[in-house]
Amino acid sequence: MPKDNGIGASSKRREDVRFLTGKGKYTDDINIYGQTYAYFVRSQVAHGTIKGIDSTAAEAMPGVVKVFTGADFEGIGGIPCGWQVTDRNGEVMQEPAHPVLAQGKVRHVGDPIAVVVAESLQEARDAAEAVDVDIDELPAVVDMKAALAAGSTKVHDDLTSNLCYDWTLGGEKADVDAAFENAHHVTTLDLVNNRLVANPMEPRVAIGKYDAADEDYTLYTTSQNPHVIRLLMGAFVLGIPEHKLRVVAPDVGGGFGTKIFHYAEEAFCTFAAKAVGRPVKWTADRSEAFISDAHGRDHVTKIELALDENGMFVALRTDTMANMGAYLSTFAPSVPTWLHGTLMAGTYKTPHVSVNVRAVFTNTVPVDAYRGAGRPEATYQLERVIDKAAREIGIDPITIRRQNFIKADEFPYATPVAVEYDTGDYDATMNKLIEIADIAGFAGRKAESEAKGKRRGLGINCYIEACGIAPSNLVGQLGARAGLYESATVRVTATGSIAVMTGSHSHGQGHETTFPQVVADMLGIDESMIDIVHGDTSKVPMGMGTYGSRSLAVGGSAIVKATEKIIAKAKKIAAHLLEAGEADIELADGQFTVAGTDKSVAWGDVTLAAYVPHNYPLEDIEPGLEETAFYDPNNFTYPAGAYACEVEVDEATGKVTVERFAAADDFGNVINPMIVEGQVHGGIGQGIGQALLEHAVYDSDGQLLSGSYMDYAMPRASDVPSYVVDHSCQTPCTHNPLGVKGCGEAGAIGSPPAVVNAVVDALADLGVTHIDMPLSPNRVWSAIQAAK
Amino acid sequence: MSKIHVTTQVNGDAVEFLCEPDETLLDVLRDRLNLTGAKEGCGTGDCGACSVTLNGRLVASCLVLGAEVAGSAIETVEGVGTADALHPIQQHLLDHAALQCGICTPGIIVAAKALLVQNPDPSEGEVRYWLAGNLCRCTGYDKIIRAVLSAAAEMRGENA
Repeated sequence: MPKDNGIGASSKRREDVRFLTGKGKYTDDINIYGQTYAYFVRSQVAHGTIKGIDSTAAEAMPGVVKVFTGADFEGIGGIPCGWQVTDRNGEVMQEPAHPVLAQGKVRHVGDPIAVVVAESLQEARDAAEAVDVDIDELPAVVDMKAALAAGSTKVHDDLTSNLCYDWTLGGEKADVDAAFENAHHVTTLDLVNNRLVANPMEPRVAIGKYDAADEDYTLYTTSQNPHVIRLLMGAFVLGIPEHKLRVVAPDVGGGFGTKIFHYAEEAFCTFAAKAVGRPVKWTADRSEAFISDAHGRDHVTKIELALDENGMFVALRTDTMANMGAYLSTFAPSVPTWLHGTLMAGTYKTPHVSVNVRAVFTNTVPVDAYRGAGRPEATYQLERVIDKAAREIGIDPITIRRQNFIKADEFPYATPVAVEYDTGDYDATMNKLIEIADIAGFAGRKAESEAKGKRRGLGINCYIEACGIAPSNLVGQLGARAGLYESATVRVTATGSIAVMTGSHSHGQGHETTFPQVVADMLGIDESMIDIVHGDTSKVPMGMGTYGSRSLAVGGSAIVKATEKIIAKAKKIAAHLLEAGEADIELADGQFTVAGTDKSVAWGDVTLAAYVPHNYPLEDIEPGLEETAFYDPNNFTYPAGAYACEVEVDEATGKVTVERFAAADDFGNVINPMIVEGQVHGGIGQGIGQALLEHAVYDSDGQLLSGSYMDYAMPRASDVPSYVVDHSCQTPCTHNPLGVKGCGEAGAIGSPPAVVNAVVDALADLGVTHIDMPLSPNRVWSAIQAAK
Repeated sequence: MSKIHVTTQVNGDAVEFLCEPDETLLDVLRDRLNLTGAKEGCGTGDCGACSVTLNGRLVASCLVLGAEVAGSAIETVEGVGTADALHPIQQHLLDHAALQCGICTPGIIVAAKALLVQNPDPSEGEVRYWLAGNLCRCTGYDKIIRAVLSAAAEMRGENA
């Protein structure tokens, strides 16, 4: 019987009532008395030298409070990068300065040059048009290959080239090369992982406030990790002690990675609030979001797979150029390296894997993590080359994957690319997929499609990802400039209700529902007695935030540890109240019982005693019932699964429609199945968007051609099918207390290759072997014509 | 430029406000009437987050001027239901966990309600195409579609 409380229950999302009634409190819904409005003057060219900025006319316009330029930020720290990659020769990456406002040069369309602060947004916008910026335009570096060519224009004059780093991972080159030379068959594929814009439906917003009496600052911001912003902006940009800086991320309207990073606008509004002596509010409009939010993906890859005569993988070699954009965003260097190269083994026992990544500066918006972050890029190339190989050597796509799987009894499994999978059962998810996708019925459906004049294709994909980011000691060795633990404080009140302060931020993931389920289960009390507090550094002591499917695996584990401390102390109190030995106290269903007796006290008796200690072991323990714990994982978690997509292709127009989509995932233990299902749905929707629709396109001058919803095709309700998803295959994570693995990114990782494999399957007998994403009607039609 | 005095009706209540001639209905609702349920997702009428009804017609309030709505009847998400008395569309969205970050949800509720007023028994395809004007980045839409279809069934008295 399904549970109605605690772990495993599909508890309804308690955050939803406020959202459903329009009562959500997002950053742009906040207005502070006396606030001013900031409007950014941004570069309209991709690359240029600033000869001069004349803001005299703007300053004289109605309502203008002050105009800021780069000169106001001389000597103030730039936007820091949180990860330093070491290259194949042991040298650290090239790391350019990233000023809050441009210093002397602009390096991408959208690079902030000046800011007008005015009494109203309209006045700020009008005055911004009057800021006269004199720019000498320089040639733009847009294409990565051209950027790496000798003699290319440099994005940063003080760097030696446009190469950020040249990085390798995996087996010795000689071993890998030998495996290729001796292979029975080699399949090669050149592909592009298309550049995307995350596009959370809430644009970014920042409100800075300075209290002159207390000399402290508050920043309201649309962030996935307010504590990280406090650290980066306080310590590295503005030099504000952390105890003088409060960062609040209230309800946040979607993140998908792009709201992890510390942005110039946050630093600006905080800085300017003191400079003008009033709160300063900035709200991005959508066009501004397109040219200032960090973009995602944008890899160009050559991948080669070597196989023996039985279709067993013997070696894999992959070479990628990864676009960094004009500056290094917060986690950008880690995405094509440690979040990408480490996943190139996939779910397979390929003995030799070699990964090479060159990260490249271009005159484009910075590129950083977007849902999946590196893992979708790894999965896409691996699963595309496997599909191509299967077709070339005439093996069924399910069979070739299955025969190369790491088997369920082979865990823990150390891959050739630096990670050790703790647990998994890839045959189980494949078997489940075959069932829920009704693979057996595909031939019949294909015949039906053909009767309608449509081509039908079936695409299979397997993925694995590394989540629960991350063990601090490991990532420290890999270049992370922060620890990646999480903290939790469980504060029990006298009446037994509980506030759980967590560093994990919820912006759609449903933490306000899921986390109380965990605590309720441990204490045997009702979920409704527990509330989650997050998103405010003044309420939550420390946190590393929400990304990389880490909230439950890391943040949830911290909550478990803090709750365990609560239970330990509560048992001491109960033992005193019951005049029994502490070791004899059992906690079940909210009752503390002396084992083997009917003597018990209720949860509420113990919590009251903790705060009204008339009868209390004061000589042994302090009054009160509040505990804090930090949890630092000792490995990543490894969710994995098998996906199937069926498409129809209209040969005459190239139009692809996704007819069926099925996902069988292994997330380990599941706390709230209904929420997990929604996370997978959302990921699949975004993955279908990447595969069929979305593409951030720059022209050769560095102008973003797809800078609005008229040009950037977002998936809409009419573009996607219903999904069949299953997460009943569960191999619990072996190293965190909940046995959970994380589910937030899986759908976005697993779905693009499934869609593309399906389209290629539909067109294979025409001779089509690959089409780069997005598979727009134009691209599909062109591929059909080229193959004919 | 002098402000314009507008008298109109929002969620059944008579309201009056002063607005700039170029101020959108969305800004009036959010900044002058403190009805922040409607959101600006794009400002160009492409995302549907600012959906309201104007004299029963579904509109993107970011494309309507505040000065245009004198003497009209406007409904926003705040008029659809309350926490204690959710509208069936809201209740089914809750039951299906058909929202995540919640930012697009008010627009989807208003749009879905407008659909069911004119078509109480839509097909799945009709719901998908009607709601194609409302971008949601979180849910992949499936649960929203299920929720609207089951709310429609309940409103027709089929599974009450």
